[in-house]
Amino acid sequence: MFWRVSFIIFSMRKFFSSITVGLFLLLFLLSGCQKNINGEQSGNQNVTDYYYLENKGSDTMVNLALYWAEEYQKLHPEVRISVTGGGSGTGISSLINNTVDLANASRQIKLEEIESANKNGVDPIEYVVARDAIAVIVHPGNPINRLTLQEVSDIYTGKIENWIQLGGEDRPIVRLSRETNSGTHVYFLEEVIRLGNAEDKTIFSANTLLLSSSEGIIAEVRANRNAIGYDGLGYITEEVKVLAIAREEGADYIFPTLNTVNENLYAISRDLFIYAPGTPPIFVQDYLDWIMTSEGQKIVTDLGFIPVK
Amino acid sequence: MKENQTRNFEKIITRTIQFSGYSSILFVLLILFFLLSEGTPALFDVKLSQLFSERWYPIEDYFGILPLILGSMVVTLGASLVAVPFGILTAVYIAEIAPKWLQEIMKPLVELLAGLPSVVLGFLGILVVSPFLRDTLNLPTGLTALTGSLLLGGIAIPTIVSISEDALNNVPDSYRHGSLALGLTRWQTIWGVTVPAAKSGILMAVMLGVGRTIGETMTVMMVTGNAPIMPTSLQALFMPIRTMTATIASEMGEVATGSPHYHVLFFIGMVLFLFTLLVNVIASNISSRKLKRSERILS
Repeated sequence: MFWRVSFIIFSMRKFFSSITVGLFLLLFLLSGCQKNINGEQSGNQNVTDYYYLENKGSDTMVNLALYWAEEYQKLHPEVRISVTGGGSGTGISSLINNTVDLANASRQIKLEEIESANKNGVDPIEYVVARDAIAVIVHPGNPINRLTLQEVSDIYTGKIENWIQLGGEDRPIVRLSRETNSGTHVYFLEEVIRLGNAEDKTIFSANTLLLSSSEGIIAEVRANRNAIGYDGLGYITEEVKVLAIAREEGADYIFPTLNTVNENLYAISRDLFIYAPGTPPIFVQDYLDWIMTSEGQKIVTDLGFIPVK
Repeated sequence: MKENQTRNFEKIITRTIQFSGYSSILFVLLILFFLLSEGTPALFDVKLSQLFSERWYPIEDYFGILPLILGSMVVTLGASLVAVPFGILTAVYIAEIAPKWLQEIMKPLVELLAGLPSVVLGFLGILVVSPFLRDTLNLPTGLTALTGSLLLGGIAIPTIVSISEDALNNVPDSYRHGSLALGLTRWQTIWGVTVPAAKSGILMAVMLGVGRTIGETMTVMMVTGNAPIMPTSLQALFMPIRTMTATIASEMGEVATGSPHYHVLFFIGMVLFLFTLLVNVIASNISSRKLKRSERILS
């Protein structure tokens, strides 16, 4: 139960953090204006050199990246980090085009992406910065409490169309997924729908609703008794029901928690990555090193993700 | 000296205005060229039979754009069904029936509606319209083509109302007076004389309204569920759907420049451009059409 309570706190913190970030931006803009005026008045000013760091990618990781950036900037005021989301695919294509310093990705970079990066003279370097579990969620009023991986796969490929087939109510199943540019989508396709089998070419049923944000999925699952969705553990709120998942028929049904993910009991968990386009400059390397310290990893835990050791 | 200066000034002004005029043509041509140069390679990257197949799942190289084209058409059709009757009737009410003071309140209100950002309508859709439709029509989900149609109808209505209303106001009062003098009722005058006289203006209003709905992105992306289901019957209106605009908007950010997926997205852009072009051509044909004999006599 601890993690459920903690998520409320996290979501509140998330809310406040967006306010803080907004205020911070405003202050930043204002201070920028101030500086200009001062500069004109006094003419000569000892201008500090700032290091600008562009960080882009996974929406799953965007809050994590924001927290990291905020904390790190407190410790190192000379570094300015701008964090944007857009999805893992977006981050990696920016990496390929060499327009970011660090790309966040909730899935591993693909071979063909490395190839096209190499073509552009970019040699991506991979860092595993945190771990995440994907929770399968339904409406709180849905009597289903647990599913096997095979059942989840059959739901999303369209083999199972009604909750009654799983022992639930007589209701059509509405499948929800993130858009195809989301790392969570790709991970779910490979590890759940295809059950980790690389030869398998099964894809999502065409009936799957593709929503552009985690919040959109939570909102629909919260309100619709027919719906099933999946999302990163860090995004799950108390208003939806998390299902226990078994790796196979007969295996234990396990809820995603910090412990079950750390001990590798929960079936749907993954690494979260940061990619750099080639050997990073020293100030970027320092930032990456800091993320791996206990201080950086504490933020991982705070946001509902699982730290790497 | 002074005269010379004025003349030079005149010349500069003329050139500036001329340049602004030509620049819009230039921009359209540049955009068209860009679209064609990025979109046509799709025809070589992807087989035609594959391009017009029924499955869209680009990350595994399924590039069937048929469900997207039909999806856009279903939503647009639904939006027209909502917006055209409602819009024209509203225009008739404002122009012909409403008392002066009400006219003066309603006109700016309708125009205010036109300025509503589509994201706001999308929010309205997610929070109000979609749950309402799910519960009242007992649908599996409220994120359907119908939800998109209703909201897009809301986007098209202000356009249709304000242009139709202008057209109705341009009908000379002598028509109305003549008709009433012949003993026709108010309703017969409106339906038999005023509206037919403003027909071309009203048709243009409809086409422009429809044009807006085809290109609308944000609202449909938020409320239609974005599932690339092939619409096969009218039933499709009550199911989720994926439009061309939503596809481009949500996938453009992720594609690697120059990949088949990238070119196909531009190809979809070309199709979309073709659609809006078609609508605009029809609209301008209506407005510049030669008047029929009967209409000439009437005017």
